[in-house]
Amino acid sequence: MSSAFLGFPTPPPRAPYATGHLRGDQSFPEAAHTALDDTQQRRNLGKATATIRGKRDQVADELPDWEELRSAGSALKADVLARLPELLERFEREVTERGGVVHWARDADEANEIVTRLVADKDSDEVLKVKSMATQEIGLNEHLGSAGISPVETDLAELIVQLGADRPSHILVPAIHRNRAEIRDIFLREMPGVDPNLDDDPVRLAEEARKYLRSKFMSTRVAISGANFGVADTGTLSVVESEGNGRMCLTMPETLITVMGIEKLVPSFTDLEVFLQLLPRSSTGERMNPYTSMWTGVTEGDGPEEFHLVLLDNGRSATLADGVGREALQCIRCSACLNVCPVYERTGGKAYGSTYPGPIGAVLTPQLAGMHESRDDPNASLPYASSLCGACYDVCPVKIDIPSLLVELRHQHVEQSRYTAEAAMMRASSLAMSSAKRFTKAQRASRLGRVLGGADGRISALPPPLNAWTSARDLPAPPKRTFREWWDSEDGREAVRAARREAERGES
Amino acid sequence: MRVALFATCLGDTLFPEAVKATAVLLTRLGQEVVFPPGQTCCGQMHVNTGYQADALPLVRNYTADFADESIDAVVAPSGSCVGSIRHQHEIVAERYGDRSLRERVERAGAKTYELSEFLVDVLGVTDVGARFPHRVTYHPTCHSLRMLRVGDKPLRLLEQVREIDLVELPRAEECCGFGGTFALKNSETSTAMLSDKMRAVTTTGAEFCSAGDSSCLMHIGGGLSRLRTGTGTVHLAEILASTEQRFRSEEEVSA
Repeated sequence: MSSAFLGFPTPPPRAPYATGHLRGDQSFPEAAHTALDDTQQRRNLGKATATIRGKRDQVADELPDWEELRSAGSALKADVLARLPELLERFEREVTERGGVVHWARDADEANEIVTRLVADKDSDEVLKVKSMATQEIGLNEHLGSAGISPVETDLAELIVQLGADRPSHILVPAIHRNRAEIRDIFLREMPGVDPNLDDDPVRLAEEARKYLRSKFMSTRVAISGANFGVADTGTLSVVESEGNGRMCLTMPETLITVMGIEKLVPSFTDLEVFLQLLPRSSTGERMNPYTSMWTGVTEGDGPEEFHLVLLDNGRSATLADGVGREALQCIRCSACLNVCPVYERTGGKAYGSTYPGPIGAVLTPQLAGMHESRDDPNASLPYASSLCGACYDVCPVKIDIPSLLVELRHQHVEQSRYTAEAAMMRASSLAMSSAKRFTKAQRASRLGRVLGGADGRISALPPPLNAWTSARDLPAPPKRTFREWWDSEDGREAVRAARREAERGES
Repeated sequence: MRVALFATCLGDTLFPEAVKATAVLLTRLGQEVVFPPGQTCCGQMHVNTGYQADALPLVRNYTADFADESIDAVVAPSGSCVGSIRHQHEIVAERYGDRSLRERVERAGAKTYELSEFLVDVLGVTDVGARFPHRVTYHPTCHSLRMLRVGDKPLRLLEQVREIDLVELPRAEECCGFGGTFALKNSETSTAMLSDKMRAVTTTGAEFCSAGDSSCLMHIGGGLSRLRTGTGTVHLAEILASTEQRFRSEEEVSA
């Protein structure tokens, strides 16, 4: 019997190199350098994240079963990832049976082409958009623009970013880095028909945005949304939001196109109970988000006449194939990890160069788009953009162990990198500390460092790369004796004898 | 109990006072303290920077000394090293080791304690008879807090110290920005975090900022010293080992 040649296994698809927003053009330390200099942004971010942190803690503490909810959310998502192909097929069947059209997109290029073709088929040169991370990730707005189609963001913060020709810096609050005076200036400059006497009162700002968006809702025939959840059992999709503009987009236009990452599934409708408690409390610190929209296929005479669903891979299969890193796909994009991250709080989101900033972005982005697609790939710096303080793990509503994933990605980075000076240093220190004999020899050598210390025993300047330390911090000069030398000395033995005598006196 | 001291590479080499204090304190509390001389480093720096293969010899070396059955417990004056031993040694052993290494890692990890954990959970003491007549604020350190979940154990120990003026640190649970090689790779972000931590420390008016990790204290202390703030750092073990005769040795004062 002859055996069939099944071919070489093909690696799962990654997000394409040059499309979308999963790679910046600078490494994290370089981008952070610019961000740290922006004192206004530092202040805006510090204030905003502290406020959201406080609200989240309060509403999470209110629920007696918060930890159980987190466990349930984590278990549900792990289950989805474990049987994703089966659930996706079921989901596709259900959506189709209820009158939706399902499209599969391997990557950002395919998804952009599908969506642009669907809009062009409707002879529409303008399209409404519900705030969506997936379409931001693939750079859909830019692609539509190049095809002569104007996308109009309807989420207020996203609109501020769009009008300001800016980039979002937060998953949930894209304009978190802006204050209201800056927003007024953007509106005055960019919003057609805006009141020229506009001040920076938030109510007035919202009113102007509302006027502008209402005219768009009344005239635009196609809308594009993302999805927070897709229910495999029923083919239902859901978007949660707080302004109601999303709901307008989901119900008023004739054609609705939803772009959804393939990991956004939940098995059944009742599972939403868990996530609709976890998500708003984790993200905005609200007990419930003001608007939850759900739609299933199309219904004659009610809502859009046509519904298209684009299921997006764009690196998700590659992430799923990693036994450790796949945990990142449990993310429900709440942004709680950003709001507690001390690194994010100082640098803001743009330093991460990706649609997904903060701790979750530092694990998700390199997995979706790779870390070694180019020489000195900026994504390779992301797993190191953390002090591993662990605050992100504590607040994650689906218990993603982000610090451990960062450590795993650092390991993968080192394994795939060429041999560097750092690697030589690590190898040498590993060798020096692999036995006590070598270690004590190295300790004696390090004592030479005493000469670097001033009269006060402080070292204030070291050669590279250690000057990164002494740029802002002193280092104590090594002491005259190491601990083990003291322990083996008469002083050490006497100190222990004295302590033992004290112990005996205490007992007697 | 026969308690083995794990000095940690940083403690042994740069901060011996914290280790001396741990040795004296545990002895004073009636423990038989031993120092297995073959010990070196837990390998945390290598794992956290991505060099797991280079951590392997260090994991082997750690278990060679501390998995020994004659040792009842291992105590280290460092939350982050204990965190690494408990949570990261398994990862390295699983990836590169054999079955016997995995068993030794499990045995050694299960009996390794951070100082405050050992005092409160194992020995059941919070009053260790210390006296430290200074104004002190306490930084809980990320790994003690979130990897080991030591909770308020260090504070319960400090509250029993005679004549101490313990003042609360604002935003205490926030990272000081050290993070091992993070302080070098992302030096500017690390410094920004350190600045906020130093501001929090100095607003308390404390003479000393204390913590259970020499590494975090090296960072905070290095910053406070550079700015000539006049605020010092002291390891938790040194406070707990201070009695009527101040423990800090003449040698250290003259260094």
